[in-house]
Amino acid sequence: MTTEELRDKQSEEVARQQALSNRILCCTAAGCISCGADGLRHALNAEVESKGLAGKVEVCGTGCMGMCSRGPLVYSSADHKLFGTVTPADAPLLITPDGAHLAQRAIDLQEPFFSRQTKIVLANSGRVDPEKLTDYIAVGGYQSLAKALDEMTSKEVVEEVKKSGLRGRGGAGYPTGLKWELVAKQIATPKYIVCNADEGDPGAFMDRSVLEGDPHRVLEGMAIAGYAVGAQQGYIYVRGEYGLAIQRLQTAIKQAEREHLLGARILDQGFQFRIDLRIGAGAFVCGEETALIASIEGKRGQPRQRPPYPPASGLWGQPTLINNVETYANIPPIIERGGDWFSTIGTASSKGTKVFALAGKIANTGLIEVPMGMTLREILFDIGGGIPNRKFKAAQTGGPSGGCIPEQLLDTPVDYESLAKIGSIMGSGGLIVMDDSSCMVDVARFFMEFCMDESCGKCIPCRAGTVQMHDILRRITTGEASDADLEMLKSLATLLKETSLCGLGQTAPNPVVSTLRYFPEEYETHIREKRCPAGRCNCSPAPQEASA
Amino acid sequence: MSRHQYSGNALIEVLHTAQELFGYLSPPLLKTIAHKLKLPPSRVLGVATFYHFFSLKPKGEHTFVVCVGTACYVAGGFSLVAKLEHRCAKAGHTTPDGKVSVETARCIGSCGLAPAVIYDGNVLARVTPDCIDAELNKIGVK
Repeated sequence: MTTEELRDKQSEEVARQQALSNRILCCTAAGCISCGADGLRHALNAEVESKGLAGKVEVCGTGCMGMCSRGPLVYSSADHKLFGTVTPADAPLLITPDGAHLAQRAIDLQEPFFSRQTKIVLANSGRVDPEKLTDYIAVGGYQSLAKALDEMTSKEVVEEVKKSGLRGRGGAGYPTGLKWELVAKQIATPKYIVCNADEGDPGAFMDRSVLEGDPHRVLEGMAIAGYAVGAQQGYIYVRGEYGLAIQRLQTAIKQAEREHLLGARILDQGFQFRIDLRIGAGAFVCGEETALIASIEGKRGQPRQRPPYPPASGLWGQPTLINNVETYANIPPIIERGGDWFSTIGTASSKGTKVFALAGKIANTGLIEVPMGMTLREILFDIGGGIPNRKFKAAQTGGPSGGCIPEQLLDTPVDYESLAKIGSIMGSGGLIVMDDSSCMVDVARFFMEFCMDESCGKCIPCRAGTVQMHDILRRITTGEASDADLEMLKSLATLLKETSLCGLGQTAPNPVVSTLRYFPEEYETHIREKRCPAGRCNCSPAPQEASA
Repeated sequence: MSRHQYSGNALIEVLHTAQELFGYLSPPLLKTIAHKLKLPPSRVLGVATFYHFFSLKPKGEHTFVVCVGTACYVAGGFSLVAKLEHRCAKAGHTTPDGKVSVETARCIGSCGLAPAVIYDGNVLARVTPDCIDAELNKIGVK
């Protein structure tokens, strides 16, 4: 396909969609599917058939619409209405709306949940059918790749990304433009592009939703990156647990190759770029870039000493660019609308938006995207709808590497620096809310258990340290610990942070450090009074009697 | 294996396919894979045991995978594990009659539905210990 054909195809598809009397969009992301979205979609299709409306009304499956707590969700384009908890029995009412019955399940699109969000990465999620290339082309898909190839040199692409101020969305926040420049400067060939889709943080499902809802966007971002740094091969390393995402990516890659949007002679020009999938097998440490590289090479996912960093020596010792799913998904809009436009969103040091997965004790669980710099309070209480029934206790960001944020710090703006200052991290975007029924010591123990299990065992501080820290935390929760244990816990935390080989060990103490900092009284009550203020841990007198 | 040109780099892909075909990775199977890919058997075993996804033991007729990611933990996922351990087998094990396997997972990315359980490949949302009882009674577990 040439650029002209791409534009023709876009106007053709837009015209076709406008000629329809209604397009009914049915959310078929993992969340809604498990609430029965597949059956609903079949019922809708059957209803269209039986009423003889084929060709006039179209039923499409789409990616995540965000409000997972009210699934399955259906959007009716003709009257711009979103309905929640729809059942297959509602299908006739949706096809010929009589409103009265379904009106009570209509979701107000003016609710802060929708009106306070800014969608860049998720712009197409919930609007396009992830299994149809034409849908993506209709909303301007692959035009950014065309623009980069037709009008820009690879250097200009890198400059544009630098200008945008985009920072890596995987957690650490390294400036993306600088990373691209580092790889572009390398003389050695071949170079590789890697997309990190090993979303291992428990409580995070942003990357999964992007891959399931808009896979072509990620492919386009990777192809642009390939052009910018001079690579011809890309790999997407995706978690084995994400079956639906894998299947949709495979479909998307095939479709794009067939239309010469990937593969050899992209858009009838000299540039070639192939993308292959690599399926992970359930190891948290593989989110670390050198471990991920080892895993793509078919080895155990163990990290190695850095430097050399992957931009100099990565996959098979070649220059390698590794970015996260969300980072690549930001690239097409940056190329399309310019780095200057992107840099107007967000704060001085953190540009753009961030996708968060809201989960835990919050009214609106689901997927949201907000501009950087919004405060946690706005996210949790305006968009998230607050905590049902009980009192807010803490918000957890960054998964096992992050920290717990107490109520008094809820007015902290969400950007890389502010979160680091209060002892947490941006992380990949999991945001879990806990109410007063959660015990913070047990939460710390839970995360430490996770890190202990996931430690790859290569370096001793992490391998032995996590076991020791977990043991102390376990004894605190069972009421067997003393004050000396608490001191030991603190010194181990510093040790792990300073001497571990990779990010897993260095950040493993974060949940402990942050809960010790903001909830010290909970530790003290467990140790001195042998009881759990939240009533979660079993500090029963039995083990004490045994020790006494 | 021929699809990957018998390359050692494709070990993880080959293990994925093998597990899909045979249900689990038996020692003779691992040995064959090592031989065909010209890798030391220790390397193959090392990789197979490193990743959680690979199972070296046969699975039961029915499988419950309880998510114990953070969101499910906050919502009470461990009470479901306790229920299954009480009625069937310890997490990571199968009942002696080979009927039910109980497993835990590190977040299945369905946090909006917490606590979640994957029962024979289908995600069950907002599960309570009573739901587990109901499912177990249906398949006739005492």
